[in-house]
Amino acid sequence: MKAAAFAYARATSVANALELLAVHGEKARVLSGGQSLIPAMNLRLVAPEVIVDIGDLAELRGIVVKGDTLVMGALTRHADLLKSSDIVKCAPLLGAAAAHVAHPAIRNRGTIGGSLAQADPASELPACMLALGATIVVHGPGGERRIAAEDFFTGIYETQLAPQDLLVAIELPVARTGSAHFFQEFARRHGDYAIVGLAAQAMLQGDRFADLRLGYFAVGDKPVLAKAASKLAGATITPALLAEASDALSHELDPHEDQQATPAMRRHLARVLLARCVASLLNRPDLNIGGRS
Amino acid sequence: MTAPVAISVTVNGERVEAHVLPRLNLADFLREHLKLTGTHLGCEHGVCGACTVRVGGEIVRSCLMLAVQANGAAVETIEGLSDSGEIADLQAAFRDRNALQCGFCTPGMLMAAQDLLRENRTPAREEIREHLSGNYCRCTGYHAIIDAIETTARARMELKA
Repeated sequence: MKAAAFAYARATSVANALELLAVHGEKARVLSGGQSLIPAMNLRLVAPEVIVDIGDLAELRGIVVKGDTLVMGALTRHADLLKSSDIVKCAPLLGAAAAHVAHPAIRNRGTIGGSLAQADPASELPACMLALGATIVVHGPGGERRIAAEDFFTGIYETQLAPQDLLVAIELPVARTGSAHFFQEFARRHGDYAIVGLAAQAMLQGDRFADLRLGYFAVGDKPVLAKAASKLAGATITPALLAEASDALSHELDPHEDQQATPAMRRHLARVLLARCVASLLNRPDLNIGGRS
Repeated sequence: MTAPVAISVTVNGERVEAHVLPRLNLADFLREHLKLTGTHLGCEHGVCGACTVRVGGEIVRSCLMLAVQANGAAVETIEGLSDSGEIADLQAAFRDRNALQCGFCTPGMLMAAQDLLRENRTPAREEIREHLSGNYCRCTGYHAIIDAIETTARARMELKA
């Protein structure tokens, strides 16, 4: 189908975009890469009266390292994540995740800011932001707000963004020596939305985790930073301890049912990913017990 | 603001000035306004890949891009790639290997395949599959298409050697 008619405004600066959003508020939607918004409009799932196109705001695209912080503009494309040497050095988890986002033609247009603002619970980047401890930088009528990724996602397609707000950047702590990452998802075909996925960031100390952050996606109405990870930090991992963490994970998750999987299947797959993640990060194949306790 | 918006786009090397409604997607602009009907519209929500074109040298879904978003950009369609001879060998390989039947998906397949071959001269079959994972074929199936792309990659390498 074709999108319903709408009015179109091409923002000329961040300030201009904020002015347009202040005027049109809830009637408007921000268009960045359009790879989620336009299909929804074509399917008539949404019919905004006004589109504020921020695609020309070149100042919002790019990846820079400032000291210990990696700053990504909201209009940075998924394809940019796959090509950037700064990402390889400072946040390799994002490169691993981007390879699973849809297909090359979509990754050339889809933006990081758009993905986070869309907050699809089955998408990869929101969970990565939880695992990496990202800060989402938002400009709105009251000035700048800096929101921790853990607080940013509030529900299915819901975030802390108000209709007058613009997501402008994402900031991440640069990966330190001893850090490691793991990314895997189950999907029917490569590029499809995940049935269950895990984006994990760890700090290794000898044969232990000094820190472990597990960002699960497609397990509920928003990405989940699993508390079960705390059971594994600072301890020598035994099969019994991993089983205990895996049980805690099962308890903690409240997965949804859809045509792809039942809640029980999602819990099982989440446990499988936990075992694979721990075994891979610690290089302990003996711990990959297929999620069974 | 629902009124037509002026755009200036370069399509297959030719400058085009037009007034378009904001809701018009790039695929419909190419097909209906410029009569470049080689770009096909299948699903209209970014799943099937039949509408793949190049914008600024990168492949995109023209059903997921508004014509107004292409303002100032260089667009290349299957007609452009075909007329310039850039993909003549790839087209011949598709024909020889019977990698098309109804032909609906073929323009998108060729755009995606040429995109891969430009960045990876010797892709493995698995890499070809992955690069085409966003393009559907409903009749010939994928093996013949992958064979044709693999054959083209090899032939281009031999030509270079």
